[in-house]
Amino acid sequence: MDGDHALAEGALAAGCRFFAGYPITPSTETAERFAERAPEVGALFIQMEDELASIAALIGAAWAGQKCMTVTCGPGFSLMTENIGLAAMTETPLVIANVQRGGPSTGLPTLTAQQDMMQAKYGPHGDNAMIALCPDSPQECFDLTVEAFNLSEFYRVPVIILTDETVGHMHEKVVIPPADQIKVVPRNNYSGPKEDCRPYKFDSKGGHPMVRAGDGYNFHITGLVHNEMGYPVMTADQGKIVVTHLMEKINSNADDIIRLEEDQVEGADIVVVSYGITSRIAVKAIQDARKEGIKVGSLRLITIWPFCEKRISELSGKVKAFVVPEINYGQMVREVERCAHGRSEVISVNHCGGAVHDPEVILDAIRKANK
Amino acid sequence: MSTQEIRFSGFGGQGIIRCALITGKALSLYDDKFATMTQSFGPEARGSACAAQLMVSDSRILYPYITHPGILMALSQEAYDTYYGELPKDGVLIVENDLVKLKSEHSDLKLYRVPATRFAEELGNRLFTNLVALGFLTAVTKVVTADAMKKALPGLVPDRFLKINIRAFEKGYNHGLEAMSTAGAKS
Repeated sequence: MDGDHALAEGALAAGCRFFAGYPITPSTETAERFAERAPEVGALFIQMEDELASIAALIGAAWAGQKCMTVTCGPGFSLMTENIGLAAMTETPLVIANVQRGGPSTGLPTLTAQQDMMQAKYGPHGDNAMIALCPDSPQECFDLTVEAFNLSEFYRVPVIILTDETVGHMHEKVVIPPADQIKVVPRNNYSGPKEDCRPYKFDSKGGHPMVRAGDGYNFHITGLVHNEMGYPVMTADQGKIVVTHLMEKINSNADDIIRLEEDQVEGADIVVVSYGITSRIAVKAIQDARKEGIKVGSLRLITIWPFCEKRISELSGKVKAFVVPEINYGQMVREVERCAHGRSEVISVNHCGGAVHDPEVILDAIRKANK
Repeated sequence: MSTQEIRFSGFGGQGIIRCALITGKALSLYDDKFATMTQSFGPEARGSACAAQLMVSDSRILYPYITHPGILMALSQEAYDTYYGELPKDGVLIVENDLVKLKSEHSDLKLYRVPATRFAEELGNRLFTNLVALGFLTAVTKVVTADAMKKALPGLVPDRFLKINIRAFEKGYNHGLEAMSTAGAKS
C-alpha cells in the first residue's frame, strides 16, 4: 500500500467518518481511497469546490459530532490556512494531511519536498500552538494518522500530518492491527445539565468535551476572542486568557505530545536531526559515517510541532555539531539553531526540492562536522 | 542478501507498474523480505515511457530509488534504449523479444529474451504480457518465489481474470526455466 492510501486507512481506523477535499497531486489518492471505502463504514465523502470550502466543511462537521479529515498539498494548504486559524481559535478537532510537493506556488506538482514545515505552524495569523507529525513510511502514515486524531480529539486542535510525495507514492508493506488493538480517543461530547454547559475552558489543559450541535445546548462559536460560553468578549484581558490557553495547552504538555526516535545519540560527536523521508536517506549516510569511525547519532523528529526544544537544548554543548538535512532551503534547522544556544555548531544540508538528498551529500556534511 | 534493485520498464498500458506492485507484494507479504516500490508518476505513466523501481532487501530499505540496478526488464525499445546502459557487468537484462531490437549481444550481461506479447496473444489477449514477463523474470532471477507471486495476484488483477493471469505467469515461468537450462547447457 502506498503512503497516501495508508493515510486514508489510518483515518478510518481512528473513527474518521467525514472527509471533504479537493483533489490535488500528490495527495489525491488519499481522497480516492477514502471515497471508495466510505460506503463500507457509513462515512461521508464530499468533493468540495475548493480547499477553502473543504476546511470549512470540516469545521462544521466537527461541531456536528464527526471526526473529520482533509488532505492536500502546498497550494491547497495555503488556501486552507485562514480557516486552520479559525479551527485553532474555535478549538475544533480535525486532521489535515499535507503531502508536500515542490514549491513555491504550483512549483513541482509530481515531485517531492519538505517545504511547508514552517507554514504548518506559522501559516495562520495570530498566536496559536500547533501539532504537526511527520511520517517516514507508509506504515507511519497509518500509525501517525491514528495518533493525529487522538491528539486532535484530546487537545481540540487541528493536527497536521506533514508527509511528502515520496512517502505518499511509495509502496511498502503496511500492517493494520485488529481494531481492538488500535488505541483510539473517542469524541468526547458534553452531556451534563444545560446550565453547566461550557464549550470552552481556558486552563491550559486538554481533555475538555466538545458540545455537539443539535444536542439541545445553547452555545456560540466564533473566531473573535470569546468567553467560556463562546460569546465574543473583545478585551485585552480576555485575549490574554484565550491566547495563553491556546498556546499553553500545547506548550505545557509538549513532553506528553512529542515523539522522537533516537539512535546512538548518547556519546555521539555529531547528531543528525532529520524527519520524514529525509531521515531514511540520513540513516544510510550515518551508517557509512560510522564505518569511517565517526561517532554519529540520529535524532528523528516524529513530532515536528511542538518542536523538541528541550532535547536539543540538553544535547547542545555535548555534541560538536548538529547536521540538519531537509528538502527545503533550511527551515527546521533554524529551530535547531535556536535551541543549540550557540553551544554546538549547526550545519544545514538543504535541498531545493524535487528529489531526495544524495546520501553522499549528507555523509560529506557529517565528515565536515567531525573535523 | 544485500539490496537488490530491479527496474521494470516499457510503455504505459503494458502493466509495468502492476509488475512492480505484484513483485513487491509477493516479496514483502509472502517471501518475508523488505520491498519498496516507487513508480513513474505523471503523464509518462499513461501511454508513453513508463518505469517502476523495486528495491528488495533482507533489512529495511532506506533509500527508495534505484542507484545500482541489478535487474532490468525492458518491454519496449525506448525502455531498453534508456536503461540498458546503467546495468553493471553480469547485470540481468530481460527484453521483450519481438519489441526490442538489441544494439549488441551484450556479452557482459546476462541477457534473456522473452516473446511475452506473443505468448499473451496465444492466451487470448495481449493484456497478459506483463504476467508472462513476470513469470519469466521469476524463473531466471529467482529474486522472488513463484509461489509468492501467485499468492500476490488476488487483489492486483481482476478476479475474473485471475486464472488466466496465473496461466500467463506459468507460461512465462516455464519458458524461463527452459531458457535457464539452455543457458546452463551452453556454459
